[in-house]
Amino acid sequence: MTEPVVDYAEVLTRYEPVLGLEVHVELATASKMFCGCATEFGAAPNTQTCPVCLGLPGALPVSNDTALASIVRIGLALNCTIAADSRFARKNYFYPDMPKDFQISQYDEPLCTDGWLDVPVVDPESQTDGVIRVGIERVHMEEDTGKLTHAGSTGRIHDAGYSLVDYNRSGIPLVEIVTRPITATGALAPQVARAYVTQLRDLLRALAVSDVRMEQGSLRCDVNVSLAPIGATAWGTRTETKNVNSLRSVERAVRYEMSRQAARLDAGQSIVQETRHFHEADGTTSAGRSKEQAEDYRYFPEPDLVPIQPDPAWVARLREDLPAAPHLRREQLHAEWGFTAAEMRDVVNAGAVELIAATVAAGTTPAGARKWWLGELARRATQLGVSAADLPITPAAVARIEQLVDAGTLTDTLARQVIEGVLAGEGEPDAVIAARDLQVVGGDGELGVAVDAALAAEPEVVERIRAGKHAAVGVIVGAVMKQTRGRADAARVRALVFERLGVVDEAAG
Amino acid sequence: MSPQAITRAEALTLAAQIAAGELSAREVTEAHLARIAEVDPLVGAFLHVDADGARAQADAVDAQRAAGEPLGPLAGVPLALKDVLVQRGIPTTCGSRILEGWRPPYDATVVTRLRAAGVVILGKANCDEFAMGSSTENSAYHPTRNPWALDRVPGGSSGGSAAAVAAHLAPLAIGTDTGGSIRQPAALTGIVGAKPTYGGVSRYGLVAFASSLDQAGPMARTVADTAALHEVIAGHDPRDATSIPQQWPGLRAAAEAGAAEGLTGMRIGVIAEHDGPGWDAQVRAVTADAIDRLQHLGAEVVTVSVPHVVHALAAYYLIAPSEASSNLARFDGMRYGLRVGGDDDSVAAVMSATRAAGFGPEVKRRIMLGTFALSTGYYEAYYRSAQQVRRLIADDFAAAFTHCDALVGPTSPLPAFPLGERIDDPLAMYLADLATLPASLAGLPAMSVPIGLTPAGAAPALPVGLQIIAAATADATMYRVAGALAADQQQQWGGLLLDRAPSLSGGRP
Amino acid sequence: MVDDSGIQGEATISEQEVRHLAHLARLALTDDEVAHFTGQLGAILHAVSEVARVDRTGVTPMSHAVALANVTRPDLVTASLPVAEVLAAAPAAEDDRFRVPRILGEAP
Ligand SMILES: [Mg+2]
Ligand SMILES: [Zn+2]
Repeated sequence: MTEPVVDYAEVLTRYEPVLGLEVHVELATASKMFCGCATEFGAAPNTQTCPVCLGLPGALPVSNDTALASIVRIGLALNCTIAADSRFARKNYFYPDMPKDFQISQYDEPLCTDGWLDVPVVDPESQTDGVIRVGIERVHMEEDTGKLTHAGSTGRIHDAGYSLVDYNRSGIPLVEIVTRPITATGALAPQVARAYVTQLRDLLRALAVSDVRMEQGSLRCDVNVSLAPIGATAWGTRTETKNVNSLRSVERAVRYEMSRQAARLDAGQSIVQETRHFHEADGTTSAGRSKEQAEDYRYFPEPDLVPIQPDPAWVARLREDLPAAPHLRREQLHAEWGFTAAEMRDVVNAGAVELIAATVAAGTTPAGARKWWLGELARRATQLGVSAADLPITPAAVARIEQLVDAGTLTDTLARQVIEGVLAGEGEPDAVIAARDLQVVGGDGELGVAVDAALAAEPEVVERIRAGKHAAVGVIVGAVMKQTRGRADAARVRALVFERLGVVDEAAG
Repeated sequence: MSPQAITRAEALTLAAQIAAGELSAREVTEAHLARIAEVDPLVGAFLHVDADGARAQADAVDAQRAAGEPLGPLAGVPLALKDVLVQRGIPTTCGSRILEGWRPPYDATVVTRLRAAGVVILGKANCDEFAMGSSTENSAYHPTRNPWALDRVPGGSSGGSAAAVAAHLAPLAIGTDTGGSIRQPAALTGIVGAKPTYGGVSRYGLVAFASSLDQAGPMARTVADTAALHEVIAGHDPRDATSIPQQWPGLRAAAEAGAAEGLTGMRIGVIAEHDGPGWDAQVRAVTADAIDRLQHLGAEVVTVSVPHVVHALAAYYLIAPSEASSNLARFDGMRYGLRVGGDDDSVAAVMSATRAAGFGPEVKRRIMLGTFALSTGYYEAYYRSAQQVRRLIADDFAAAFTHCDALVGPTSPLPAFPLGERIDDPLAMYLADLATLPASLAGLPAMSVPIGLTPAGAAPALPVGLQIIAAATADATMYRVAGALAADQQQQWGGLLLDRAPSLSGGRP
Repeated sequence: MVDDSGIQGEATISEQEVRHLAHLARLALTDDEVAHFTGQLGAILHAVSEVARVDRTGVTPMSHAVALANVTRPDLVTASLPVAEVLAAAPAAEDDRFRVPRILGEAP
């Protein structure tokens, strides 16, 4: 059932939006938050579980020191105050993905509070760069839940006859980052929401605390939106759209909610405070649970864990080790990479700064890294409707592919096939190359045989080349490519043809 | 030694004879298994007897000795383990239907330590469901009877552990104490029971009732045996974040020092608030005699006011149920234990039906009470106020211990009461813990030692216990007082108080 | 009536509140149990509400019995349980996962 909506441009003539974003980030620690189970994504169900993360009677949690260091680093990078005394609390509610039927979280004593993040926003009309400072209310530590699979015709929760639970994810350290209300963005609200999540994701990647993979759920976003009539002093009632799992969806969810809420307000209806679900297919949201019948979570201090009182010297050390602030880091990388201003802007707009930095760190040239992230990978991402960062390929894999191209082991054409294989989940580049047999046809010996065969098969073409019609070489190259199933380097084939015929290539040199 | 002599011997005597090769661990275990088979049908101390497992553990000790390997300090000595501690592969029910048939896949740290010391675990001792109660009548399986008078309760919730020791079914037992559940049954059955300083013994594998109060501890017929068992189970455990990072040597030595040197130079405070017309007159008389003996042993005895202890019952019956309401949420029929209902019912309906069928009335009552105390609108006045009162009580004790080495008073306001007398009156039952709750709230070490019998009259002669409370981590001080008292009694009585209990030999229900 | 303790009147509790608590605690109580608990909880709450009448000015709530802080473990992977043991006690399992009844209503 679709609800009535108001044309987006029209919304802004009558209403001012207020946003709030809650981002959950799974930390990339080796072990879970409160036990020693591994955190690897994609393991067989329930193989990474123990008495603690299964919530078995008698088991007790003990905090992961790396996770605590990571959240403090996140807090510092977001310009937060680090609490002198912080505690865990229990959030009590029953749900089968939560083995203790309470979540260890933080309530009134979070580790990090009162920070901000400067978010670059490009005004699409004026094409001018601007910066919006987003206030951070709190950053707190909690644990993830298990994963439910709904059995039944559609795989959706309501149609399911029953559900299956895998607790591998249960207890993975989760950091929740909550903004203050973001106001006065006007028509830019959807872009600001997207830009904030993008910027936050880049920051977390630069801190190397999380994989920040939205499609794998290591970064999840809840979007709060409300509208108030222009000039009104009080804010409107907000809705919370849950688990919006791509950057594009963040933008679409805000846009849709603004249009939907405006239609209700125009019709004199009130906004119901509720959680909503985003539908990837048509960009709409639908009502979930009403907040009026919200659970009473009965938070109280977690008696099994003692307070965290960060040593100021430790915090100072973590602060010193932080990477540069995003804008400083961008300037620094820009200088290091030697890109033009236009190239750098493209990189920033594509959200590829940290991807390129990571690819360069993995051992390739900045230009080589940029070629893939802004070329083939950007194209693939657009096709799939995700951001480049969410593609299932790591910067290290991209660096490996570019190294192989550089060494002449892969042609660009072959490299694109390798990428296709990696994205299809066939494994890392070398595995894909081996499985698909994508190596460039090796030395000139093998290639020479193929060239000779093609020349022998096309005497007329040979005559035309000898007569000066050099463009005809394409026929021979095509034949060689066909024979080698595309694994030959076209430029090398062309050179070999001219060499064999004793003709000087006018296009060469 | 005859089987009868074996079952009446002290644990340390058995350990010494086994170490010397004068007795085999197997012989000792068989003697106790035979006594259990004969007497436990009358007493009901055990929920599960692991005869084969016990024999195997005993044989391992004998093999170790035969091989000339060093033996643990209590190697070959049998023990009853309260059924709220998990033992790998052995049914653990917590006295509840909701866990019927559950076999935990891991060992509690206490169990690991017992194994390392060579202790032979005979089986799981009965208790009030999830340790909630003061009479062991709240066990879902059967009540335990007091070996002194089979129509009376043994106290609770560690009533099975206490009765096992008092009826000579085991020389040693592990109990757990949240508000008095080791000390009160020890007092009611004429044995020794100690609650260590909170954090002294690991809670890993102790099925939680109230996490900030729960503490496992030793129970035995003599002070020396109790101290020896205490030393075995206490010590830092990295799996329990509330475990105090220290070892606990010197408890036995302190008891021996008390026995040899008396109490000269010690100042002992009598808690003024734990006396008066509201307390059983016979209990008061026996307690007064014991306090005289302390003076006789060289202690300076003073009356001390600990003013806020009068609010301990109110604070305890808010804090403990609050934590319990959260700790017991996990028993929801999803992962282990009972499940009521099928796939046609919703998950919420199955959880509610399972919990309704699986929990007994006292557990439900406390879950409801705790849910109330933590809920919105009541948290401040109930839960938070109770935590403030808890602080006031702890501060009172800290002040008292600036001018006293130990505090004493009756362990229980009344001796063992008839089965069924209080089971339908929760408030009357809660009063049984009046004297033990304050030390629990403050996290202090406290123990009960037998000091005499009420005069036989309308009711049979029943044991009375003296509670000895020491400052946090001063567990050794408590044993010093207990050791002196025990040596004095040995001289006066020519044996243990328990020697006067009915033998129960050859009994049939 | 609210006195300065913040506790209203005689700290009694209604059957409706008892039903709400039972829902929060996932306890399917019978009508008899509701009636029984309403009386008992009212009496217990009346007795324990004295905590709010104690002078607690400036007193820090005590949530832990020991004054420890910063207890952590190193970020090291330790062995998990074999999946057969994980599922051994499950009332129902399928495809190495715990099988649970259908979920109505929304995720919290
Ligand atoms: Mg959260
Ligand atoms: Zn685990």
